[in-house]
Amino acid sequence: MTEQRAESKEQRAKNTDKKSPGFVLRPLIIALWLALLFLPFRGIKDALILFVMLSILLFIFRALSGYAKTLTEKFNGIRQSVNISLETVYARSKIPQFVTYLLLFGFILSVPFFAKDYFIDVLILAGIYVILAQGLNVVVGFAGLLNLGFVAFYAIGAYSYALLNTKMGLGFWSALPLSVVLASFSGFLLAVPALRLKGDYLAIVTLGFGEIVRLVLNNWDSVTKGPNGIGGIEPPYLFGMPLGRLSYYYYFILAFVALTVFMVRRVYKSRTGRAWVAIREDEIASSSIGINTTAYKLYAFAFGAFWAGAAGALFAAKMQFVSPESFTFMESVLILSMVILGGLGSIPGVILGAVILVILPEMLREIQLYRMLALGSGLVLLMIFRPQGLFRPGRLSRLAGRANL
Amino acid sequence: MFVQQVINGLTVGGVYALIALGYTMVYGILDLINFAHGEIYMLGAYLGIIFLGFFTVIGLTAYSLPLALALTFILSIVFCSAYGFTIEKIAYKPLRNASRLSPLISAIGVSIFLQNYVMLTQGATDKVFPHLFEETGFEMQGMTFTYIQIFIIVVSAALMMFLNLFITKTRMGKAMRAVAQDKTMASLVGINIDTVISVTFVIGSGLAAVAGLMVAMYYGLVNYSIGYIAGIKAFTAAVLGGIGSIPGAMFGGILLGLVESLSASYISPEYKDAYAFIILIIILLIKPSGLFGKSQEEKV
Repeated sequence: MTEQRAESKEQRAKNTDKKSPGFVLRPLIIALWLALLFLPFRGIKDALILFVMLSILLFIFRALSGYAKTLTEKFNGIRQSVNISLETVYARSKIPQFVTYLLLFGFILSVPFFAKDYFIDVLILAGIYVILAQGLNVVVGFAGLLNLGFVAFYAIGAYSYALLNTKMGLGFWSALPLSVVLASFSGFLLAVPALRLKGDYLAIVTLGFGEIVRLVLNNWDSVTKGPNGIGGIEPPYLFGMPLGRLSYYYYFILAFVALTVFMVRRVYKSRTGRAWVAIREDEIASSSIGINTTAYKLYAFAFGAFWAGAAGALFAAKMQFVSPESFTFMESVLILSMVILGGLGSIPGVILGAVILVILPEMLREIQLYRMLALGSGLVLLMIFRPQGLFRPGRLSRLAGRANL
Repeated sequence: MFVQQVINGLTVGGVYALIALGYTMVYGILDLINFAHGEIYMLGAYLGIIFLGFFTVIGLTAYSLPLALALTFILSIVFCSAYGFTIEKIAYKPLRNASRLSPLISAIGVSIFLQNYVMLTQGATDKVFPHLFEETGFEMQGMTFTYIQIFIIVVSAALMMFLNLFITKTRMGKAMRAVAQDKTMASLVGINIDTVISVTFVIGSGLAAVAGLMVAMYYGLVNYSIGYIAGIKAFTAAVLGGIGSIPGAMFGGILLGLVESLSASYISPEYKDAYAFIILIIILLIKPSGLFGKSQEEKV
């Protein structure tokens, strides 16, 4: 074993040594391999271009990471440097913290006075996603229950408001509690049977639930109008005034985001939140100190679905139109990416994650086609280099590396 | 009617079983739901169309159709296996000691990447499988069986038999079973874990390639998004049979195909895709270990 290791170390040293043939050959071989895989899809010319580009990229990567001796060290090195740089930024910003907050709040509040309608529109969408992502953060981040069908609750919230409004003439304020309760209740209904499962199985059942909800919305023509969707939904009224104007709706969403963050934070700091984290870290240990794990997992599902329902109603009221297309599996993945990018279980992190993942694709409109390609590879790279996301969540245990997800 | 639906179900079930084998083998060894596996199946279908198109251009199909088809199968298998191998090296290997969530997210990332990769390189519209042979079959008491259906059933059965022989009789198969049981112990007795994992991905991807190619021949149309739904259904099949169990995946796939085709014709075709999920949820709730799986005690 040790001999083998020493041998491989020698080999690696050879590879990183600039004079050895491995230093030049390895990137070339990798690039050639990937270009060959690409060959049948685009033909020889594009494969050659890819080969040249990849070789250059890999050479740069190699030259830059030449200090690290082994592949694992390379990964750890990048991981640590990202960590350290982020942490120094946080540490330094500690002194004038209230100033940054003040500036941030001032900026957020004054956006409608100078920004274009388009930008406000994007920010409203970002706000809705912040609410959604906080809801998922409760389930995945706090309680550690992977949910791949979270979009189902969002859909239930949106369709409840759409149907209550268009079919029964209920206004936003009377329909909102109903939609939220419906979403919450469906979360509860899913959780009762699903919580007997663990980890991956739970993930798959929630995924299946999400797909079933979407298929029902798509096929139950008499109620949901199928793929055509429901239009003509009223915007909310506040003091008898419709919130049709973007800037009004912006403040409205902002208030909801603040409420969500406040509530999620309060619950996180409470006994319930501590119980969730305990379950996430070690279910058996937490049940042995008297936490009713099933009950708390149910709360987590219902509480998360609650905010998804609220976000759904807000979405339907904003778009004044809903269709099953908005509630696909990709949407679930997108919300999950926000939570993971921000940092599982970190409330400010998840806000940042949601805002980044809404605004970034809007900024990259020109290369729209490549957006999903970037999201996919971004997820892989994030998992390799910074699996804990941008923000380190609080109450991180020693065992977090092998948290029982 | 009933027998006709059974034949249709067996055809689809054979395909599900082939894909499910890839899921179950990877899960057995890495405890990972390889979300990208459905995309490998989709790649197989696309590669089949690409290679057959190429062979038509150079005139090989006109010269000898069976030879062209055989070469197409071989090339698709080789390329898909290479894709599976590469995906494991890039997206899963660095995460082998990470938390359970990381490789799963990484797999979802790979799946999104591959879908869009194919969409960007091959276009978002449906691709048509080249029409090279007449879709003939024979009739029996008012029911039609096409030769493609029989071909799919026979090929799936043969591949499953070979795989079973490989797993039970060869040295590599033995190593794979050992790694699935206990990675640390297997490495202590001198099994190279990395090689075994690579072989698992190569075999699983090869089977998915065959499945994809046969489906492309059967339906005549492929789209870059077919991998997701087929992947989920095959995963359902794997869970149905007990994930990690190879006979379970075969049985689960065929059972799922039968249930789907019968319920689509007797209950309602609109919810065809939902039946798989409903079965999945019911199975997981009643017997999470599946039909052939062993239930595992949780250790502290």
